Amino acid sequence: MGGLQKKKYESGSVTNYVSRNKARKKLSLSLADFRRLCILKGIYPHEPKHKKKVNKGSTAPRTFYLLKDIRFLLHEPIVGKFREYKIFVRKLRKAYGKAEWSGVQRMKENKPAYKLDHIIKERYPTFIDAVRDVDDALSMSFLFSTFARTGKCHVQTIQLCRRLSVEWMNYIIASRSLRKVFLSIKGIYYQAEVLGQTITWIIPYQFAHDHPTDVDYRVMATFTELYTTLLGFVNFRLYQTLNLVYPPKVKHTKCASIKCVFKDMHLHISYQKLSALSASLARTVPLVEDEEAELDLFPAEGVSDRQLSYIRMCCTLCRCFGGQVSWDKSLCIGSTYDETDETITHHIVDRPTIDKQYINRYYIQPQWVYDCVNGKILLPVEEYFLGVTLPPHLSPFVEESEGDYVPPEKLKLQALQRGEKPQDDDEEEEEDDDDDDEDDQSEDEDEANLAEMEEKRAQGKSLSVKVTPGKVKPENRMRAEQEEKAEEKRLAIMMMKKKEKYLYDKIMFGKKRHVREANKLAAKRKAHDDSNKADKKKKKKKC
Amino acid sequence: MRPTHSGTMSKLKNKKRNLEENEDEQLPIFDKDGGKDGHLDDGDEDQGDLSDSEESVFSGLEESGSDSDDEEEEEEDGSEEKSSDVEEDKAADGDGDDQLSAKEVIEPQTDGQHSKEKKKKKKAAGKEGGEESVASDRDSGLQISSQVDEYEHDTSDEEDIRNTVGNIPMEWYKDYPHIGYDLEGKKIFKPIRNKDELDEFLDKMENPDYWRTVQDKMTGADIRLSDEQVDLVHRLQQGKFGDVNFNEYEPAIDFFSNEVMIHPVTNRPQDKRSFIPSLIEKEKVGKLVHAIKMGWIKPHRPKETTPQYYDLWAKEDPNSILGRHKMHIPAPKMKLPGHEESYNPPPEYLMSEEERLAWEQQDPEYRKLSFLPQKLACLRAVPAYSRFIHERFERCLDLYLCPRQRKMRVNVNPEDLIPKLPKPKDLQPFPTTQSLVYRGHSSLVRSISISPSGQWLVSGSDDCTVRFWEVSTARCLKTVEVGGAVKGVAWNPNLSICLVAVSYDDTVVLLNPGLGDRLVCTATDQLISSYEEPEEVKDQPVQWAVAEGEGHEQGHRLILKHPKAVRQVTWHGKGDYLACVIPDNGSSLQVVIHQVSKRRTQNPFRKNKGLVQCVSFHPIRPYFFVATQRYVRVYNLIKQELTKKLMANCKWISSMAIHPGGDNVICGSYDCRLAWFDLDLSTKPYKVLRQHKKALRSVAYHRHYPLFVSGSDDGNVIVCHGMVYNDLLQNPLIVPVKVLKGHTITHDLGVLDVTFHPTQPWVFSSGADGTVRLFT
Repeated sequence: MGGLQKKKYESGSVTNYVSRNKARKKLSLSLADFRRLCILKGIYPHEPKHKKKVNKGSTAPRTFYLLKDIRFLLHEPIVGKFREYKIFVRKLRKAYGKAEWSGVQRMKENKPAYKLDHIIKERYPTFIDAVRDVDDALSMSFLFSTFARTGKCHVQTIQLCRRLSVEWMNYIIASRSLRKVFLSIKGIYYQAEVLGQTITWIIPYQFAHDHPTDVDYRVMATFTELYTTLLGFVNFRLYQTLNLVYPPKVKHTKCASIKCVFKDMHLHISYQKLSALSASLARTVPLVEDEEAELDLFPAEGVSDRQLSYIRMCCTLCRCFGGQVSWDKSLCIGSTYDETDETITHHIVDRPTIDKQYINRYYIQPQWVYDCVNGKILLPVEEYFLGVTLPPHLSPFVEESEGDYVPPEKLKLQALQRGEKPQDDDEEEEEDDDDDDEDDQSEDEDEANLAEMEEKRAQGKSLSVKVTPGKVKPENRMRAEQEEKAEEKRLAIMMMKKKEKYLYDKIMFGKKRHVREANKLAAKRKAHDDSNKADKKKKKKKC
Repeated sequence: MRPTHSGTMSKLKNKKRNLEENEDEQLPIFDKDGGKDGHLDDGDEDQGDLSDSEESVFSGLEESGSDSDDEEEEEEDGSEEKSSDVEEDKAADGDGDDQLSAKEVIEPQTDGQHSKEKKKKKKAAGKEGGEESVASDRDSGLQISSQVDEYEHDTSDEEDIRNTVGNIPMEWYKDYPHIGYDLEGKKIFKPIRNKDELDEFLDKMENPDYWRTVQDKMTGADIRLSDEQVDLVHRLQQGKFGDVNFNEYEPAIDFFSNEVMIHPVTNRPQDKRSFIPSLIEKEKVGKLVHAIKMGWIKPHRPKETTPQYYDLWAKEDPNSILGRHKMHIPAPKMKLPGHEESYNPPPEYLMSEEERLAWEQQDPEYRKLSFLPQKLACLRAVPAYSRFIHERFERCLDLYLCPRQRKMRVNVNPEDLIPKLPKPKDLQPFPTTQSLVYRGHSSLVRSISISPSGQWLVSGSDDCTVRFWEVSTARCLKTVEVGGAVKGVAWNPNLSICLVAVSYDDTVVLLNPGLGDRLVCTATDQLISSYEEPEEVKDQPVQWAVAEGEGHEQGHRLILKHPKAVRQVTWHGKGDYLACVIPDNGSSLQVVIHQVSKRRTQNPFRKNKGLVQCVSFHPIRPYFFVATQRYVRVYNLIKQELTKKLMANCKWISSMAIHPGGDNVICGSYDCRLAWFDLDLSTKPYKVLRQHKKALRSVAYHRHYPLFVSGSDDGNVIVCHGMVYNDLLQNPLIVPVKVLKGHTITHDLGVLDVTFHPTQPWVFSSGADGTVRLFT
């Protein structure tokens, strides 16, 4: 046998992968820089198919990158910028140490900066790609926009995030692309359809954040850096598609009322107005809009930041679906009409009662708006009046397949959507139940009477021989057929190969678990309804 | 800074002094002191000390401030203090003058003499600052003595000129009349002292100055302290400053004040270098200018001209989609929330108390939900979610740290996995229902066999009986008792012979049940009785005996005694040969073949490999199958050689059956498997069925129908359709058609033996519950 002896782990899949440390050394970067680079360039570790082979026979846990990815990173110009920045920091520190203030000033002015434009272009060669990947960017940007100036991140970043998120929301309103909204205990989920892509993001409720200590904000900041760039470009392009001016401007007819002396002030206020989301945006090509006459108004007592945020959320919804929204002037800038307006149809209030009520409008709780959006119909307002126990708020993201548990509320909603009239099942049922109960009781009594009478009769004569009439066994064909089929299946399963049997068992196990869970939920619901009914009855009896 | 000591200072503290002098040069405040420094040695004390008043203020202050400094210096070398009185005085004078000048501003001027005295005191006070023991020490000058004590440990080169003994303990001279030597070397005698206690006392009472009289240790003379000295001692005892006139509470003067002085502090002309531009700087600037010219340094970063955001995808280039993008594995999107995450979920999604507890005790990693579902009455009551930032952060980590892998999801319809088999309905006939139960045995029925006509059934049980049943009525026709638990029964397959082989313990009995055709029975009896013993009797491993007496009446015809317990008996198809299994590992006699007509016994194998489980004759050809624990060996009886060895792929074979065609074999094993061998195909199983849950005990083929059956410890009898085709290219078709249940499990044993009816598609099974059942 001629030829060189083949060495182990020198060909095959080993050559395609490289461990993280080796990659780092190849790029001669510190771990922090390497991470940053990976985040920005979207390089992620790969799980090799045969880990042991790639790990050269060892089974130690190790992360592997594709060697091609790492080679691709080698030519990244941003690595040079990282180094430049490092040098800058070193120089600055030295200058501080020597108290050369002029030098510090000069250096700060010449601080090296880098742009991520080319990375965005490279990662998302087409616009659709970028839109598809904008989910996380949105969630992150909305989170950062709720941060206070706590030193966890730069103030500029927060402001930028705030701006971008407001712009995005304005786009969503202008394009009317919002599809689903969900009030969860974590925050509010929004789902929009932009250019055929479903995009979901979450906005936290407006509270001061309790910043956790076990979170690395540097990683978050790096992501945010990338995401803000991405989101900015995406917004720009989206605004273009709608013929809107970017950066957005509020329509001038409404803006005219604000008279400001200082330019900065004016800017600030116009942005605030924009973030109020109540005004239409200026278009590059003027458009004639026909809006439905559906007006909402928010309550106006006790201004707080939280309330504002709620209003904004609700406002987004209403405007997304062509409604008009306003609120009390004293609450926040940007209200478009007054509370006393006669054309107002729905008045959204989130408080137990309200003193002064107008006759020609509904006073409803905010959940109504969300449920309407998710149901895509105007739901009856009765269940959402002030002080009423609200019906459950369902997640619009759940799509039940066959065999899944469907909550009864969802069934009701589906019936409404189909155009069926809502029937007061509960009451009817209750009545029926009552009747049944009565009937049952009477029947029971009858039976008891009969038995007693029989006993009385039997006491006289005692019969030793009993004759029991034979029963005719009804032949249930369907059942027999089913049984036969089941038996056939059982027998066929016996003949399965070992491998297939394993897979089959696994699938069946999963299915059974699924069914079990559904049954459990159904049983829980039933128990709950029963107890509720019992309570109601008790109350009725007491009355 | 005190002029007195600057001389000594110069010895040790050159550097410091230089420094100070430098300071003097620069700072006019110390100028005078510096001048004094220089002039002190010359004794030029009165040099213009009264002239400048302003500066003296500072110098005076300086003195008082630097007292402690002086002492430190003195500690280092106290040589000067050791010098003579005169010198001391002189020095003190100089000092005095100097200080006088310092004091001038503060107190009104006194005459020179006065000032001198005062000076002395002050000097002493200054020196003795903190020390209390001073007063009593050495003689001559009080100041001196005090100073001497202060420098007790110093080695001095200048001695006390009154007494030259030096610094020694004076008690050495205690026994001598003299106390030391003066400068000329003459003895200094102790003063005549004959004072005793009384004298002392008298002196104390009479002498008004007694309290101020001190003895000088060096000279031994009594000295009377002057008023000033007493006063000084008093002051020191009280912890006051030695100098009466010293005011410790003088107002502090901030002489590095913010008040800008009109005149320069020094009159020194400026250096030349302050007028000439620096060459080094010029060089540096030149370099910078050059760098700026060359564009290496940009004094100001050029302003960004491009806007922050623009239409990045203005020119979408399909070529820019690289292979990378096709290889890219996009991160999975976040899971969408379900109903349970709602702020107002339906009640069934809320956790019950136990569920909540279980959730809390679970490790956060293994929780199915990362949060507790909550029901809140209205939107305004929704609290902040504390883990929001955490979840975002975890998502970030997932995005850049989690290894990604493309996984092919198997989306299989489980129905597709089930093999498509012909319907059992189409494969009829096969036994489907239990129709008869043969009851009578009181213990497990180990073995059953059916007569070739299909009319009678024989069963052997652990209750030491063999019962004969009529198949169609389930009536027990005959019960034969034997001497032990029956292990195996086998009906002779020859229709013209009515014989049943029964094995118990080490015996095999050939029974004539006397059932059926009387002619056949009598023919059988005749056949056995007509046997004539051959001339030469061979040595046989088995004893043949003819049953007589009671046994004969019961039906026993021949009794074969084996050396060990017999487990299985089986007939050859013709009904003349009978094979017995005597399981005994390692023995050469595990299988014996009897020829009934000649009453002869053969031991076909010189050696057996492994423990023989069962044996069987080939239905047509002269082959013999021997099943050991893991293999089935097929022997050609004519050629007397091993033709095949079948690997059963199981741990322990329990039973075996040969297809009537002779080309297929099934093996049941204790590890729940049934292996079907196609002898033409391979020595490995064609198919292994794992249909039973427990060990297989028995398997059987039907003689005519394509059926086979297996009985197991789980109490089930499974009937399978096993079609063997004549076409060699077509593999046998195996379809399980029916699971027959009926036997109850006793002592973990279910079905022990199964057998088919010879003509009908009926199956008999015997179980551990003591019954035999017929399924039709």
